[in-house]
Amino acid sequence: MKIAVCIKRVADSEARVKIAADGKRLDEAGVKFGINPYDEFAVEEALRRKETAGAGEVVVFSLGPAAAQETIRTALAMGADRGILLQTDAVPADGFETAKALAAELKDGGGGWDLILFGKMAIDDYNHQVGPMVAELLGLPCVTAVAHLEIDGAKGVAEREIEGGIEVVEFPLPAVITADKGLNEPRYPALKGIMAAKRKPLETKPVQLGAGSVEILSLALPPDRKEGKIVGEGAAAVPELVRLLREEAKVL
Amino acid sequence: MAAKFQGVDFYQTDSLLSEEERAVRDTVREWVDEHLMPVIGDAYVAGTFPKQLIPGMAELGLFGANLPEEYGCAGLNNVAYGLIMQELERGDSGVRSFASVQGALVMYPIYTFGSDEQKKRWLPAMASGKVIGCFGLTEPDFGSNPAGMITVARETKDGWVLNGAKMWITNGSTAQVAIIWAKTGTLDDADSIRGFIVPTDAKGFSAKDQKGKLSLRASDTSELVLQDVPVPRDALLPKSGGLKSPLMCLTAARYGIAWGAVGAAMACYDEAVSYAKQRVMFGKPIGGFQLQQARLAEMLTEITKAQLLCVQLGRLKDDGKSTPQQVSLAKRNNVSMATDVAREARRLLGANGILAEYQAMRHLANLESVYTYEGTHDVHTLILGQEITGISAFS
Repeated sequence: MKIAVCIKRVADSEARVKIAADGKRLDEAGVKFGINPYDEFAVEEALRRKETAGAGEVVVFSLGPAAAQETIRTALAMGADRGILLQTDAVPADGFETAKALAAELKDGGGGWDLILFGKMAIDDYNHQVGPMVAELLGLPCVTAVAHLEIDGAKGVAEREIEGGIEVVEFPLPAVITADKGLNEPRYPALKGIMAAKRKPLETKPVQLGAGSVEILSLALPPDRKEGKIVGEGAAAVPELVRLLREEAKVL
Repeated sequence: MAAKFQGVDFYQTDSLLSEEERAVRDTVREWVDEHLMPVIGDAYVAGTFPKQLIPGMAELGLFGANLPEEYGCAGLNNVAYGLIMQELERGDSGVRSFASVQGALVMYPIYTFGSDEQKKRWLPAMASGKVIGCFGLTEPDFGSNPAGMITVARETKDGWVLNGAKMWITNGSTAQVAIIWAKTGTLDDADSIRGFIVPTDAKGFSAKDQKGKLSLRASDTSELVLQDVPVPRDALLPKSGGLKSPLMCLTAARYGIAWGAVGAAMACYDEAVSYAKQRVMFGKPIGGFQLQQARLAEMLTEITKAQLLCVQLGRLKDDGKSTPQQVSLAKRNNVSMATDVAREARRLLGANGILAEYQAMRHLANLESVYTYEGTHDVHTLILGQEITGISAFS
């Protein structure tokens, strides 16, 4: 199986982020970056597919600054075979620009992918865009937010957790899949894998992207949460709690 | 689950680490958060080593991680190895001790003093966690003075017979194999000390857990008795010779302890900072009071100094330039520092600080053992004293 996985370098979900002086970007100083968590499911799935097939190649793509090489090497340490970084200092806010660059690269070299995997979204912009856009640009079927995947020859069956139930989707390969939480349990990059990753090929290709048609005007941190109120203790406090929920919070 | 551990890095010591070193550190950190932290409090109170973690540790490659890949090890440099110890001890000193013993006290001597056959037989099995080892040097009456040991090995026509007793042996009751140090000559001849690879199911070998520990409770500590234990000729580590051999093992382990102590200190500092910001007394967070701020400032200062010490020691070791005395200085300073940090953190946490739900008192109790084992604080003081003056205070 020949599998492409597209991953993104994002700020760690528990990093305490600050907004840069221009009010439009994160201040990256002192912030820990890593692989987008949903993309970890995609990498893990690719590795398992290759292991099940007994042969094949897992190639990791990322679009981002030079530092994203480190993100790619995380995937190589998990077991991917090689990586390609489309290097740009400015990742545009418009996912379509990223999708165009990735689609062009995926087509380059003859394509021939059995599967192209993405995380269902990046946790920094929550856009859910790039996977489906790449599928569209490549003319491939796309199943998003996949929580369970079966591949049988040239056919795949995916399960998606939708509101109140599970949707089962059948699709032909090659296809684009975006991974949801629960698809698998990503492995740790073992120490030997980390050492081996240094020796795996990682190609860097500079790319020039258009500005796109979306612009970030401003970023703001969520307002501080107001301090909670303790109404009382035990059963005696219930009537007062109900009154406040009804009259103040207006949730009942 | 508690928030992910973010580390302590006031002086950008991260920038002194390579990408691989950071990747190793982050992997172990995450593993500790996900697998060790949820179980360690209960394991500690129950007084059991969390054995179920062994396969996961092996899969990550934590055992003998600085030994070569040809023996199934990760082939890391010494800084990366130190960072593993730091992260494990951020979880618990007992779990770090387990890995220290397996790697630095059993795999290292087999690698350093063993024959090719011994290395091929034992190292891959130990790296994969299928075989657990222990290290028998200390005896009931010979701790700081190992040269006085009375365990003996006598050559027979087809091998050796060992007699003696060892005490304070980490992993002793869990291990399938023990490195036993014994005198092959007369009792006054420390130069005759040799190392032996002894399967723990050998006839006459018994291990009994030492009960009643108030420290390192999540670690097995045992007494070993060797009564006419026969071992084949090839049980001898051929390149071991004299007290220097086990002392080299201790230097290797102490190096990891110097890093590990920083991990324990960071865990306590991290807990103290978060508690100080949240705990409100007299109408404001206790972190707003001068006395608590002084505590935190002192902790951060000492941790930062110890971090820099470790990185430089690791670089020297990787360049083959570190000395046992430098390792003594780092072990002595960092463990003492960590003990102080743990104690202050426990005090800052007030009454909550005595609970197993928090980490500080567990670390504090553990660190009292770490302060004492692998060369007590006092012994390292005298090693440095001898290095400075050229005069030994031991003899």
